[in-house]
Amino acid sequence: MPEIKVTPLGAGQDVGRSCILVSIAGKNVMLDCGMHMGYNDDRRFPDFSYITQNGRLTDFLDCVIISHFHLDHCGALPYFSEMVGYDGPIYMTHPTKAICPILLEDYRKITVDKKGETNFFTSQMIKDCMKKVVAVHLHQTVQVDEELEIKAYYAGHVLGAAMFQIKVGCESVVYTGDYNMTPDRHLGAAWIDKCRPDLLITESTYATTIRDSKRCRERDFLKKVHETVERGGKVLIPVFALGRAQELCILLETFWERMNLKAPIYFSTGLTEKANHYYKLFITWTNQKIRKTFVQRNMFEFKHIKAFDRAFADNPGPMVVFATPGMLHAGQSLQIFRKWAGNEKNMVIMPGYCVQGTVGHKILSGQRKLEMEGRQILEVKMQVEYMSFSAHADAKGIMQLIRQAEPSNVLLVHGEAKKMEFLKQKIEQEFHVSCFMPANGETTTILTNPCIPVDISLGLLKRETAIGPVPDAKKPKLMHGSLLMKDNSFRLVSPEQALKELGLAEHQLRFTCRVHIQDPRKEHETVLRVYNHLKGILKDYSVQHLPDGSITVESILIQATAHSEDQGTKVLLVSWTYQDEELGSYLTSLLKKGLPQST
Amino acid sequence: QQQHEDLSTKKLRLTKPSKSAALHVDLCKATSPADALQYLLQFARKPVEVESVEGVVRILLEHYYKENDASVRLKIASLLGLLSKTAGFSPDCIMDDAINTLQNEKSHQVLAQLLDTLLVIGTKLPENPSVRMRLVEVACKHLTDSSHGVRNKCLQLIGCLGPVEKGVAKEAESQAAKDVQKIIGDHFNDQDPRVRTAAIKAMLQLHERGLKLQQAIYSQACKLLADDYEQVRSAAVQLIWVLSQLYPESIVPIPSSNEEIRLVDDAFGKICHMVSDGSWVVRVQAAKLLGSMQQVSSHFLEQTLDKKLMSDLRRKRTAHERAKELYSSGEFSSGRKWGDDAPKEEIDTGAVNLIESGACGAFVHGLEDEMYEVRIAAVEALCMLAQSSPSFAEKCLDFLVDMFNDEIEEVRLQSIHTMRKISNNITLREDQLDTVLAVLEDSSRDIREALHELLCCTNVSTKEGIHLALVELLKNLTKYPTDRESIWKCLKFLGSRHPTLVLPLVPELLSTHPFFDTPEPDMDDPAYIAVLVLIFNAAKSCPTMPALFSDHTFRHYAYLRDSLSHLVPPLRLPGRKLVSSAVSPSITPNEDPSQQFLHQSLERVYNFQHLDPRGIQELLEFTIRDLQRLGELQSELAGMADFTATYLQCQLLLIKALQEKLWNVAAPLYLKQNALASAAAKQILEETYKMEFMYSGVESRQVVIIHHMRLQAKALQLIVTARTTRGVEPLFGMCEKFLQEVDSFQRCFISELPHMQGSFVDKLLDLMPRLVTSKPSEVVKILQTTLRQSTFLHLPLPEQLHRATANIIEPTGESDNPLRFTSGLVVALDVDATLEHVQDPQGTVKVQVLYPDGQAQLIHPKPADFRNPGPGRHRLITQVYLSHTAWTEPCQIEVRLLLAYNSNRSKASTRIPKSTWNESLEAFPPSENSIEGTIPFSKPVKVYIMPKPARR
Repeated sequence: MPEIKVTPLGAGQDVGRSCILVSIAGKNVMLDCGMHMGYNDDRRFPDFSYITQNGRLTDFLDCVIISHFHLDHCGALPYFSEMVGYDGPIYMTHPTKAICPILLEDYRKITVDKKGETNFFTSQMIKDCMKKVVAVHLHQTVQVDEELEIKAYYAGHVLGAAMFQIKVGCESVVYTGDYNMTPDRHLGAAWIDKCRPDLLITESTYATTIRDSKRCRERDFLKKVHETVERGGKVLIPVFALGRAQELCILLETFWERMNLKAPIYFSTGLTEKANHYYKLFITWTNQKIRKTFVQRNMFEFKHIKAFDRAFADNPGPMVVFATPGMLHAGQSLQIFRKWAGNEKNMVIMPGYCVQGTVGHKILSGQRKLEMEGRQILEVKMQVEYMSFSAHADAKGIMQLIRQAEPSNVLLVHGEAKKMEFLKQKIEQEFHVSCFMPANGETTTILTNPCIPVDISLGLLKRETAIGPVPDAKKPKLMHGSLLMKDNSFRLVSPEQALKELGLAEHQLRFTCRVHIQDPRKEHETVLRVYNHLKGILKDYSVQHLPDGSITVESILIQATAHSEDQGTKVLLVSWTYQDEELGSYLTSLLKKGLPQST
Repeated sequence: QQQHEDLSTKKLRLTKPSKSAALHVDLCKATSPADALQYLLQFARKPVEVESVEGVVRILLEHYYKENDASVRLKIASLLGLLSKTAGFSPDCIMDDAINTLQNEKSHQVLAQLLDTLLVIGTKLPENPSVRMRLVEVACKHLTDSSHGVRNKCLQLIGCLGPVEKGVAKEAESQAAKDVQKIIGDHFNDQDPRVRTAAIKAMLQLHERGLKLQQAIYSQACKLLADDYEQVRSAAVQLIWVLSQLYPESIVPIPSSNEEIRLVDDAFGKICHMVSDGSWVVRVQAAKLLGSMQQVSSHFLEQTLDKKLMSDLRRKRTAHERAKELYSSGEFSSGRKWGDDAPKEEIDTGAVNLIESGACGAFVHGLEDEMYEVRIAAVEALCMLAQSSPSFAEKCLDFLVDMFNDEIEEVRLQSIHTMRKISNNITLREDQLDTVLAVLEDSSRDIREALHELLCCTNVSTKEGIHLALVELLKNLTKYPTDRESIWKCLKFLGSRHPTLVLPLVPELLSTHPFFDTPEPDMDDPAYIAVLVLIFNAAKSCPTMPALFSDHTFRHYAYLRDSLSHLVPPLRLPGRKLVSSAVSPSITPNEDPSQQFLHQSLERVYNFQHLDPRGIQELLEFTIRDLQRLGELQSELAGMADFTATYLQCQLLLIKALQEKLWNVAAPLYLKQNALASAAAKQILEETYKMEFMYSGVESRQVVIIHHMRLQAKALQLIVTARTTRGVEPLFGMCEKFLQEVDSFQRCFISELPHMQGSFVDKLLDLMPRLVTSKPSEVVKILQTTLRQSTFLHLPLPEQLHRATANIIEPTGESDNPLRFTSGLVVALDVDATLEHVQDPQGTVKVQVLYPDGQAQLIHPKPADFRNPGPGRHRLITQVYLSHTAWTEPCQIEVRLLLAYNSNRSKASTRIPKSTWNESLEAFPPSENSIEGTIPFSKPVKVYIMPKPARR
């Protein structure tokens, strides 16, 4: 039985370091190549030695697919391709290809320049790595080699995020990467057709959560910002450079436009500015509203949002500032925070999750006095708000995607084991498909039952459909033909052609059978009785009485002779070719029952 | 061939080259299929006369049998269909031939086209069941074809022509009727999705034609909902909906359990499920249909808004629930803390159902959909369901309020309108009101005005709510001063709806103090007026309120009652002798004093016959003045008062003109005086057009009087002309024309003539035989005497009369900055105006631009520029393109609105509403005395513009 093998090197019952190996019909594919945020040692990258101890990775992997540009999905890519060594194709969508190197470079800078690590990939390595990338379009079927093909579907989540279908012959796997089933202000919802893959590998970050509608959160957010600005206060929104920052920018921009507000909005320069540039370019990847209105005005050409300068922080009057990084642990956002924290008119809105130990986490947990470096005590008087804007599918969204794709097996990754357990149970219960959740390094084997396509010649098809009753959609149809397996291809051809191609002579196989009937009458009378009997029963077939005293039913021949010893017993000789086996055996059984008593 | 003989015998025919003959020749000439195809294509461009259709068809068929090329046969088949559509041609004569062609046809495409032709033939013969039966049989025979196109057409044909009558006498036919559904049903699981779609569509077609579908189809249709193809699912959703409307109360079992539910509930659940379909087309379809399933039980209905939240396997409350709780606990709007929404209770993992098969959360999904088409459809459906179920209305409120913040304006507008429509069933909570009011700052005028409309009919539950609304409205007023009127109106309704809630707010709003006098607020401050409008309207049904007013409030009341009488109601104020306090409450509203006054003054006028001319004139002048004043004071009587005042004005002018001295003096000496008479005649004519076309609610009784007045004016004109012109020749024409008009007046208003005893026309008609035969000079003499002797006609008043008014809001005409543009190019000027009581504004309202050089430009706004915010009201938002040659200095142009009329349109005493220009032309062939004209009905607005010379 053919099988699909899946081994997560990362993201198995875990979040971060997404890296999943899939073997399907003899092809090996690596899905994502991410780093882990939580570790600073070897554990931050997947263990590529699992793939091969010695020898190049290129020989073992047919291709690598990157779902989107978040570092936990692409962070290990330069390490993997340049330092470990991989020269095969790497597939990602166009926006991912554009934005990915910026983030990798940023990551490299922080690790090497700030933390002073050595033995890390260099800028040149990032460049070399990106040269190996093949960009794909949405819904474009890319032929990796003769048998392996991949196709990208829209996934929401962040700009350029995609789900990938990997297909070899009739077997297929869909990997979702991260996705979002509810649209937001700048991206649409994930969508997939009814592709019925053998296996669906889905993320399960929010396996046990059903979220409230996005609108309430948006409204709350806007109301808070609006109120603060009206009071004359300043609003600080610490964000990460990409993704949420753009969503919130759009949200505020349209709100400012709608409400005719005048207070300035700033976002920190650098990464965000660069990224905005790409958002402007990849309009086709955004949501309906932005796509439809970009002819009049590109939504990412912000009218109200301007680049931030350090000096602006001291300006009087209300303002809104987006600053990086998102957890208030360093950099510009922290600087501004220190300046504004003392005024109760101001507000800080944390739009995402904060890791323990960061300033963000402290203020969210209600701490009002912070100890900064140099034993300074910072008293936080400003209001602190938490707004979760997450772009992952919740439990309902995951179920919805499964319903859309109709897979025969589901495999959960990118989530916590305990939560996966719940979702797994639900999936099995609702869809009656088997669900797996392997840990890192654990291999899951899935048996598939692929259909095998066979070519049939048109002549044979037409000939066979013409025989017998009219084709009925509800019933399977029986056909006769010869299956030729030659050169790794299957063909269904007519027997004559098969013989011709194989250079064989045709042999006929005939079954003959003798049936004894007690009938004292003359031979030809018996024949006549048999003829009438058959004629009466087999109404749909042509039953003929030939002049030489034999009967034919279609191509089956029946002859009657008197028994050499007992004249009262007639021997019926029934003879048919093997093609008519069905009818022939039916006929013999019929005759064996004897003739009806003539009256 | 017969046709040919005909042609040769009849010479007349030969002059017109017959199409059939030409075609025949062409087709015979054609050497290759491509040639023939070309000829056919050319042929198809021109229409064929009804007489020659049959001949053409024969020729085509003849060629059809000879043709080997499938594409030519296809074209012929399609031509056959086209030809049978020819109006006046009965295609039963070619049906047999058409059916015969099917027999030997091998090409699937041609077959499909032939079936299409048969469909056309069948639909042309609706009264012929036997033909239809035959066609349906033919179609059934071809249903087994291997091509999807042929099967498609067959199903379509069966759907359109299949017998639908139940109680046909013949047994065989009713048997067939049953079969049709079965035959179509068999193709519900055809292998080709297109055929499946066609089958469902055919079924729907049968339903539309009146066949009652069998309930057995339901389970089949349900299976189709899971089809791979969106068009199949989309059609299946429709079919399910149809069945749910046909058999709402039948019981269907729930698979995998023993329970049973009503079919409509089951269908509702299934359609709800489709709201989260993969294809947005299906989602739109499903969301739309949900709205019309009103028989669904409330239990299911309310599930559509249900979405159980959880976080980390613990139950979480939705933001809506939290808001509600905050509200009921008495605390309002706390800042959200970290973990405020922390999940509370643990959830039993077994009980959580992640994919509900039922209606759960359908609207929650629909309203959050990616495509705004789906969201709009969902909002519409919510609206329809909420209108029929108050409890559902209450529940869906939170969701509607959320939609006020949608990213697409259309959706926001739609949800505001929806909310207004269901506002009878709901009371807004404070937190909801808060969200609603936040939208008041929207920069789109449409949104704000829709919101004002909504607030007009909203129920608010607390006094804080009222206060909040007032504060927000005032904020809106300062931000967008142009919204003044709309806000005042909104506060008027808000006050009169919630008197008891306003009462405790009064001291605060008026900033009165128990001991100290507070400074008197500025009377011209729109915000202060807004507050007063709210309070006075509340005080109308709250007699204790005036006790809280301070002195200046009473004074302001008196002022506002006068200046903004449409916003400030009459109050019964203690210790004050106001008009309204004198009225005893026993008087019923339709006898209210101003109405009485109107009738009394009219009564007085109509009895003036015994007065001397001087007295008559004075009386008329007084009455006109009174009426005009009354119109200003009483907005609801304004139309009536203006109307009568105009009428009296006409009469006054007539009397004045007739008293001119010129009649006694030889004409040439008094050329100057006659200016007055002819001017009067002209003005009367103008006024009569105004009376006829500017008022809505004018009935035929009034139209007669108006026309009569016009006739008098024309007579006057004739007399004046006769007096002042020398020579008789021009008079001949005029007299004749006048007499024609009298004649047509008589024809049009024959039924009204008995009411016009002693009037001008009455007398004129008596003298008609004499007039026709006499010379112009005599006619003029007769006219003059009749005009003097005729009595003044009593103008009956209709129930409701409104004058069409227009108010240009934009441009305001206050700008000192000229609009600069390069001469020769155009500049777009935004025009925003409100129209009231204009019937069919799309056809009648025009924009006029007057340039300083006297050049006038008339612009017809597009029909789409008119919006209809309420009954009787319209809003015109359009762009006017201006252009002119270069000026040296900026100058003002005038923009005004005109009401176009055409006297033909009301020739008949009944008006035809909404008749397009073409139709009215057809209905009344233009007579020479049709007059088209325009009435200016808005104040002109001046716009400063400056066309600059183009730079080289």
